[in-house]
Amino acid sequence: MSNSFLEIIDVTKRFGDILALDRVNLKIEKSEIFSLLGSSGCGKSTLLRIIAGFEKPNQGKILLEGNDITNLPPYIRPLNIMFQNYALFPHLNVTNNIKFGLKEESISKQEINNRVNEILNLLELNGLEERKVNEISGGQQQRVALARCLVKKPKLLLLDEPLAALDKQLRIQTQFELVNLQNKLGITFIIVTHDQEEAISLSDRMAIMQNGEILQVGNPVEIYEKPKNTYIANFIGTANIFHILNIDNQIIIKDLNYEIKNINNNKNFNKCLIRPEKINIKKIENQSGNSNVGIVKEIAYLGSYTKYLVEVNGIQFYSFMQNSLVSDNLQIKWDDKVEFKFNDSSIFLFND
Amino acid sequence: MIRYFKKQNFWFVFTPYFWLVLFFFIPLALIFKISISVSEWGMPPYRDLFSLSEEGFKFDSTLSNYLFIFSDPFYIRSYLNSLSLAFTSTILCLVIGYPIAFYVAKSQANIRIILLVLLIIPFWTSFLLRVYAWKVLLQGSGIINSILIHLGFLTEPISMLHNHYAVILGVVYTYLPFMILPLYGYLVKFDLNLIDAANDLGAKPVNTFLKVILPLSLPGIIAGSMLVFIPVVGEFVIPEMLGGSDKLYFGKIIWDEFFVNRDWPVASALAMSGIVILVFPIVIFQLMYAKYNFKNE
Repeated sequence: MSNSFLEIIDVTKRFGDILALDRVNLKIEKSEIFSLLGSSGCGKSTLLRIIAGFEKPNQGKILLEGNDITNLPPYIRPLNIMFQNYALFPHLNVTNNIKFGLKEESISKQEINNRVNEILNLLELNGLEERKVNEISGGQQQRVALARCLVKKPKLLLLDEPLAALDKQLRIQTQFELVNLQNKLGITFIIVTHDQEEAISLSDRMAIMQNGEILQVGNPVEIYEKPKNTYIANFIGTANIFHILNIDNQIIIKDLNYEIKNINNNKNFNKCLIRPEKINIKKIENQSGNSNVGIVKEIAYLGSYTKYLVEVNGIQFYSFMQNSLVSDNLQIKWDDKVEFKFNDSSIFLFND
Repeated sequence: MIRYFKKQNFWFVFTPYFWLVLFFFIPLALIFKISISVSEWGMPPYRDLFSLSEEGFKFDSTLSNYLFIFSDPFYIRSYLNSLSLAFTSTILCLVIGYPIAFYVAKSQANIRIILLVLLIIPFWTSFLLRVYAWKVLLQGSGIINSILIHLGFLTEPISMLHNHYAVILGVVYTYLPFMILPLYGYLVKFDLNLIDAANDLGAKPVNTFLKVILPLSLPGIIAGSMLVFIPVVGEFVIPEMLGGSDKLYFGKIIWDEFFVNRDWPVASALAMSGIVILVFPIVIFQLMYAKYNFKNE
């Protein structure tokens, strides 16, 4: 008997011939922000809808604090969901949208009003009480949707692409607000998103999903630094993946003709990952005496850093350089010869 | 408002109004004229309002037609019968039509098209034929009686025709699509997430329906009800074909006054009073509703 807050055990869901979820197992702890990350059609939304109770799994169980909630209808589950399009009631004003869920509980009018006022203050919605929900901005709608859930004091809050409908500026600000709010209230958040940056910056832990399966679960650092396979490596950030040759006791990056020395691992790996920001490049005038040399094929200046596409022996990889030493790397031009360098400890070896 | 009067918009906006004036207001004015004319033998069977004779210009008008119909409970009762028929059938159409409209609106796109076509197919046959078909079905030697007798529920045929139940049946059958289509129009735009959201916030299915689905489909309910209620008040063919002598309906009375009694002024007065009694409440209701909608936009 484990005591995880939410346990998803062997959940399988089929829609006709399509297998949307394939024996998904997941444990989510109390008060964490957990993200389900994957491209569209990976089953993340289906999983969220099953947790919310809108869909029944064909197989498997959902346990919330040890209680089986698999067959409970959504209106009995002690959790709430914030929809991607917010699903605010267009015929009700802001206050009545927030009150809606409380009116379904048997609590006094006084209590309802207190809790509504409390949440209006918390989410800075004062002054909008009487407004119709289509008269307020997208950011305000998002906060009303959040308030409508939080006022119910749920044990678990599900958020379906919570920031997708906001513009970029607002999204970053709202990310921080969400995390702060979660810290303050201690409610467990499960966030569904296709945006890897959003998942990395919001989550305590995250699960990467593909084709109805969970590929890897871990905190953002683990997922970014130690992805289990090429798909995950490419999905999160930019990845340089190279092939590994194991000859006798040598481990060689085949594509770069580079021997990894400071590594004491006897396992046979066939691939390695080096993140672009871990590869430094430097312009060189002549090739003599330098072994790790490539040619710059593309340059993209992005303000705080610059992306370089480097080609070696027909293999291309990225190097991201901070623009702190402007004088140095801004001199690199297209088709320049550069020497590249990386630390052996920043190489992550894996099998795929 | 001003922008509508730009030149290129003129015909676009005013063509329907010309149409209305030509085919609606002018005939209506003629009916009004007849309704305040004096009845007499001849062709047409009323005296002109204005006439020139040896005695000079003469204006000949009367309100007696109106006084006559309002003093005779026969006409008032027929009008109330029609209102009650319209009311009953509107409610029945709503109760039957709402679930159908909801189901059609929420089915998958390819199935939805088939269902919509099925709803519209009856219009390909003349409405008279369809009502006549009910006559065949319901009559003593009709298929329904035969089946019931065959199954042993009845020993001899019962009379299902020529009573006001048959009229309600015919009216509901005929007008059901007029309820379903506007309802469908509103329900198809309905965001299904709202149902999930209400459920998630703790509302049981009944409350979800009453607090979310119903208020949001109210405009469709009103539109559908108007489309059923208004024409049914003046409905004359269905009572004529399926009805009996147990209840007389307004439409049939007007017909009889026109074509049997040839009392055009009384018939016109009946038609005018029917319109006035019906139109004013509806206009007031529409204005109130528009105001309510405007406030809630």
